[in-house]
Amino acid sequence: MTNLVKEEEKITQDDPRAVSRRWMLLKLGVFINAVVGVAVAVPVVRYLLGPVKRKGAYNSWISLGSVDQFPMGETRLATYENPDHDPWDGDTAKIPCWVRHVDPTTFQVFAINCAHLGCPVRWFPQSGLFMCPCHGGVYYADGSRASGPPERGMFEYKYRIVGNELQISAGEMPTLSTEAKNVFRVLNNEKGCGPCAG
Amino acid sequence: MRWLKQIYNWAEFRLQLQAPVEEAVLHPVPRNTASWWYVFGSAAFTLLLLQIVTGILLAIVYVPSGANAWNNLQMINHDLPLGWFLRGMHFWGSNFMVAVVLIHMAQVFLFGAYKFPRELTWIIGVFLLLMTLGMAFTGQVMRFDQDAYWGLGIGASIVSRVPLVGAPLVHLLLGGPIIAGATLSRFFALHVFVIPGTLLILVALHVWMVLKLGINDWPMPGRPVRRATYMADYHKLSHEDGFPFFPAAFWKDLIFSGAVLAAVAVCAAVFGPYGPTGIPDPTIIQTVPKPDFYFLWLYAVLAYLPPELETPFILTVPLLAIAVLVALPFFAGEGEKSWHRRPVAVLVLTTVAVAFGVFTHLGTFTPWSPIMDAWSSDTVPDKFLHDLSPVERQGAVVFQAKQCRNCHSLDHVGGQRGPALDDVATRLTEDQLIRQVLQGGGNMPAYGKNLSPAETTALVKFLVTLHPHGQLPATNAAGPPTARLNPPSAKQ
Repeated sequence: MTNLVKEEEKITQDDPRAVSRRWMLLKLGVFINAVVGVAVAVPVVRYLLGPVKRKGAYNSWISLGSVDQFPMGETRLATYENPDHDPWDGDTAKIPCWVRHVDPTTFQVFAINCAHLGCPVRWFPQSGLFMCPCHGGVYYADGSRASGPPERGMFEYKYRIVGNELQISAGEMPTLSTEAKNVFRVLNNEKGCGPCAG
Repeated sequence: MRWLKQIYNWAEFRLQLQAPVEEAVLHPVPRNTASWWYVFGSAAFTLLLLQIVTGILLAIVYVPSGANAWNNLQMINHDLPLGWFLRGMHFWGSNFMVAVVLIHMAQVFLFGAYKFPRELTWIIGVFLLLMTLGMAFTGQVMRFDQDAYWGLGIGASIVSRVPLVGAPLVHLLLGGPIIAGATLSRFFALHVFVIPGTLLILVALHVWMVLKLGINDWPMPGRPVRRATYMADYHKLSHEDGFPFFPAAFWKDLIFSGAVLAAVAVCAAVFGPYGPTGIPDPTIIQTVPKPDFYFLWLYAVLAYLPPELETPFILTVPLLAIAVLVALPFFAGEGEKSWHRRPVAVLVLTTVAVAFGVFTHLGTFTPWSPIMDAWSSDTVPDKFLHDLSPVERQGAVVFQAKQCRNCHSLDHVGGQRGPALDDVATRLTEDQLIRQVLQGGGNMPAYGKNLSPAETTALVKFLVTLHPHGQLPATNAAGPPTARLNPPSAKQ
């Protein structure tokens, strides 16, 4: 091998043109592969980014059933099937949420996911609190933050009543950057938390 | 046996592997490297091989489908002959691998082995650690049970905190809008193709460099590493006071690896596989998700961070930690290797180890979480109910019914989120108790809206009885006796 390399160096000195053609062809090979590489990579990137959709694109109006299922003054667990689901999702296509019937015309529908790190919060009607089993986040009945690590209140879905049916706008797991509704902070300020502002 | 020799010669003539293999295994190493302290790297490698073999054996049966994975694992556990044992080997193998990799890293750090010329070996090692943790997390997802489901929720919630691209990252991580079949499929690809592939390439480079640069010589106080002289010194040491790596040092690696494999097998046989826990049905919310042991420390840290600090912490500290580890050999590439002359290094290692241990321990019993069923399952101990008036007993009922017990323990039973209340009356006066219950504060929710005046009175009357025998409850020294204060109902 070493001899071959030396010989090559010798040729370079003797006749630069012969070698430059070799190198030119090599560069051509690299160029062709680079072009093909990019041409192949672009569809791959698009393919990989397939699940990424713009804000709200996954959401649609979903029925939680008749309003009568949710007695006034109570907070109850409701479940729905996520609009975007596949046959191989199994049980994971089912999504729970908490429905609070505040007064005849007002509901609050909270995501099951804690605003801290997404664990399932549980409602305790006796103490009027939502508690999270993971890191101890606690919320008041109106979803505002009571204590623990969450930095805000619970995620809330937009809702509407069509006929006698309660519908929510949902479709993706609520997180700090994919929450269903952005108005909760304002709501929180208006209503305050606990008895101090109540 | 002549035919065996002939086959060997026939193959060797074509493969030409004997010379490089001999060079690799017979290279001289310093005599003092043949130590039991140097066996963790090879043990980690052995465990990786075990994980690959058991992983392939599981993969020929496993179905990475959101709808079927859980049932499939039950079938492996219960119906497939010795399926439980294979799952046990893979699970315990992963636990041992994380532990051994961490011990290996601590040993390398303590022995100054990351210094010149082994900087790149260390840096690749850092990424090997990340890959190992990546395998551990994605492996946890393969179980596709409740823990896996909500663990993915935690993962999605963490990446959602990244500014600007949080939402696309959530969709990318989950493979769609929610945790579902698509999530399992992509984690399966990560767990069996992407991460192991990268891991194997990095391991090959890591081992290659160990062979080329030699095993780190035993650190001696007063023999600092100097770039100018180290290579010559090491060469001299390994040739004048050394022996061939094989078998002089290798036998210890072999025995330790065998012992580790045996330990994994014993754990698998005795404790069996872990999980799958509850079915991954998100509508079953009576669950307390928890990560495997290697992430318990993180679980604890995330519970203790102040809310305002959480996002900055999550976004910067992991990157900073990786940057510090990668940069370590560049700002400490020379100098003393011995721990006798590196007090800061010893202190750092001890602090990190103690912190890891403490947070992991806390993660096993999560004192920050309310115990969801304490209010209905743990009765108020009898000793707190003796000689109580009817209103005080009613207070004990309110105490249970309003779930106070979920966060406050009595007689060491109940939640640990808030302080134990066995002697709360010695710390707070009746007035202070009323204020604390109604307004909350200090990480306690306010109960003003959820307690009637009568319930508040009863509850506080009960709390005032909680003081050790012979020790009086706290009183307001400046005011009238608390018993004569107006009941809270009159104040509202």
